Amino acid sequence: MIQLEGLTKRFGDFTAVDGVTLSIAAGEILAMLGPNGAGKTTTVRMLAAILQPSEGRAVVAGFDTRSDGIEVRRRVGMLTEQPGLYLRMRGGEYLGFFGRVYGLDAETCQQRGRRLLEQFDMAEAWNRRMGEFSKGMRQKMALARALLHEPPVLLLDEPTSAMDPYSAKLVRDAILSLRDERRVILVCTHNLAEAETVADRIAIIRRGRIVALGTPAELKRELLGPPVMELRLAEARDGALSLVSRFVEPLAFGPDWIRYETSQPETVNPLILRALTGAGIGVVTLGELPRSLEAVYLRVVEEQ
Amino acid sequence: MNERRWRDWLREVFSLTWREVSDSMRDWRIIAPIGILTLFFPVLMNVLTRSTQNMFYERWGVEGIETRLLPLMLMVVGFFPASVSLVIALETFVGEKERQSLEPLLATPLSDVQLYLGKIMAAVLLPLVAGFVGIVAYTLMLWRQGMLPSSELLLQITLLTSAEALVMVSAAVVLSSQTTSVRAANLLASFIIIPVALLVQGESLIILYAGNHVLWYILIFLIVTNVMLVRMGLRLFNREELLGREIDELNLGNVWRTFRRHLGWQPWPSGSERGLVLRCLSWPLGFYLREVPAVLRRSALALAVVIIGLLGSALVGWFFARALPAPAGFLNLDAISEETFTTSLSTTTWLPAFTTWGVLGNNVRSLLAAALLGTFSFGALAVALLMAPLAIIVYVAFQVAWAGYDPLLFVLTFVMPHGILELPAAIIATALAVRLGATFIAPPRNMTVGEGWLQALADFAKLFVGVVIPLLAAAAWIEVHITPALVIMTYGR
Repeated sequence: MIQLEGLTKRFGDFTAVDGVTLSIAAGEILAMLGPNGAGKTTTVRMLAAILQPSEGRAVVAGFDTRSDGIEVRRRVGMLTEQPGLYLRMRGGEYLGFFGRVYGLDAETCQQRGRRLLEQFDMAEAWNRRMGEFSKGMRQKMALARALLHEPPVLLLDEPTSAMDPYSAKLVRDAILSLRDERRVILVCTHNLAEAETVADRIAIIRRGRIVALGTPAELKRELLGPPVMELRLAEARDGALSLVSRFVEPLAFGPDWIRYETSQPETVNPLILRALTGAGIGVVTLGELPRSLEAVYLRVVEEQ
Repeated sequence: MNERRWRDWLREVFSLTWREVSDSMRDWRIIAPIGILTLFFPVLMNVLTRSTQNMFYERWGVEGIETRLLPLMLMVVGFFPASVSLVIALETFVGEKERQSLEPLLATPLSDVQLYLGKIMAAVLLPLVAGFVGIVAYTLMLWRQGMLPSSELLLQITLLTSAEALVMVSAAVVLSSQTTSVRAANLLASFIIIPVALLVQGESLIILYAGNHVLWYILIFLIVTNVMLVRMGLRLFNREELLGREIDELNLGNVWRTFRRHLGWQPWPSGSERGLVLRCLSWPLGFYLREVPAVLRRSALALAVVIIGLLGSALVGWFFARALPAPAGFLNLDAISEETFTTSLSTTTWLPAFTTWGVLGNNVRSLLAAALLGTFSFGALAVALLMAPLAIIVYVAFQVAWAGYDPLLFVLTFVMPHGILELPAAIIATALAVRLGATFIAPPRNMTVGEGWLQALADFAKLFVGVVIPLLAAAAWIEVHITPALVIMTYGR
């Protein structure tokens, strides 16, 4: 549904996006991470046919962004970096205006607009002037604007910025429900936890290039090495370490715990458990040590 | 587009217009001046009309002065509220950019033309309605006093007010889409305010001295200007530039580098294994065999415009020859002598010295002036400047024919000897001057207006120095040394 081939954007001598090639399928959420000025917003603007690529091409919902800009924009819902609301308007008027521009009739517009505002827990916003809205409400209103015409492709730049945790969860739930409706969703964010929660795949962009791409698990494995397992024993036992050492090289250990690294946990872990229980050593837990996406991100950015 | 698509297309434009208008109606900074100007000026003009009427009657016994003043007063009551449209228009794009609401709008499926039309209508609608209300209010006051203006005058003022408001708005929208801040747009607005103020003053003088019928010509001029400004705005409108440009920085180094890049050309034939002579010759060969034709190809449309203008000047010359025939005996070519060229021409103070340098200097100055005027008039004044002498030649040729001389012989002796070089030089220089102005309306593909203009300037500079001046120099020498001899040989005593 979104296909990027060598997408490049130059502003004079400065290359903002440099040969980005990737594709995002229907029903997939791709989170684009990267430091400020990495090229995320420029990429999104090219996908929304606001900016023209200098080289390469982007096909969005079956239309080339260069030659069919209007058709692309018709099928894209875009949440911009700033909510960009008309603050003198009321919520309902605002959604009504964008609905008309997207070719919706007044009734559909009202139905969908009210439903979206209710979904985001701000039904009262329909009749309120947007100048009175809090930052989070403005962001939610902007998201409602992007979703109003039920676009098959969503480009969301920092969708939960400035939101309280409850609102952020509402929005995340909304994004996840959109995935179930087979939409294509590209989320640009600095919120790594959020990216890990909602995204099927992560693309890390640095100086206009995609430097890492994959599922969160793939990226962690690729960039942080095999998963680290932690074994917690029921009591301190001397023989446990030697038993574990038969299968893997322990990374660290204490009187009642052992950590080890393995690229094949599905085969190694049962063997270790069997050996320990066979020797009468009680095991309380055996699990993978959580590794954050932040570690992956920092590793990639620092390496670059 | 079928009817339904047209309807949808227009509906989207009106949606944008209505949104902007309703936004303006909620802004007291817009509503207050419009309201005050609309209500205050009809009353003021009414008082002024009556007091002027009384004053003229009491002091000088003059009656009917109000009929001369009415058009001016009507113009004031219509134009003042309508002038607020400038303020609204200056904000259209750049104001939205500053308020960060532009990007969501640019991400909608509205086309550039729709955005542009919607914004222009939004800027002009409210102030124009206020202007009409002012005109109606003032007319009603006049009607109560039994001084109803003619329906033609009312139509003229209504159309003129609309055209003036549209000119201001379409120019302001161009500014608004090309600047990065409302402040910068306001600063540049003087380029709109000053010409429009001069125009309104000119209209006032014309109404007083020449009569109302001239207003129709001004209206035509304003409509043409509007068409050009809207075209310019549409051509320059660029979503990318609107979003991408962050600072209005004058980078002189970059300007110079771009100009120099366009000023240069490739030697021909190129290649490393060339003899010294060929190497030296390759630059002028490259210029005259490759670069000059390339520049002329780039200027093909401008050349066509100039040639059409010249054909038009022949019609103008013919028209004036019929309208203003020279008195009998005015043209006596048989009386031409050497003294005509040596003494008469030299003592005529408004003509340049009749020397090679004098003629050359005059022609160079004229063509440089054409370039300057062309830059500020979308190229139109450059063509007009070349049309004038040609219209005069055609005018004289007709008078010559009607005086019983052979017009072809006249042209062959008086004009052609030097004209054969001077005319192509003037056509080329004028075409390049047209490009200097036309670039603002239609920059070359894949170039910004700035780069397009620098290319036009570089093309003008190199052809002016490399082609036009040499041709003009040769023509000036012929004009001073050969043409008089031929004329005397043909007609002289």
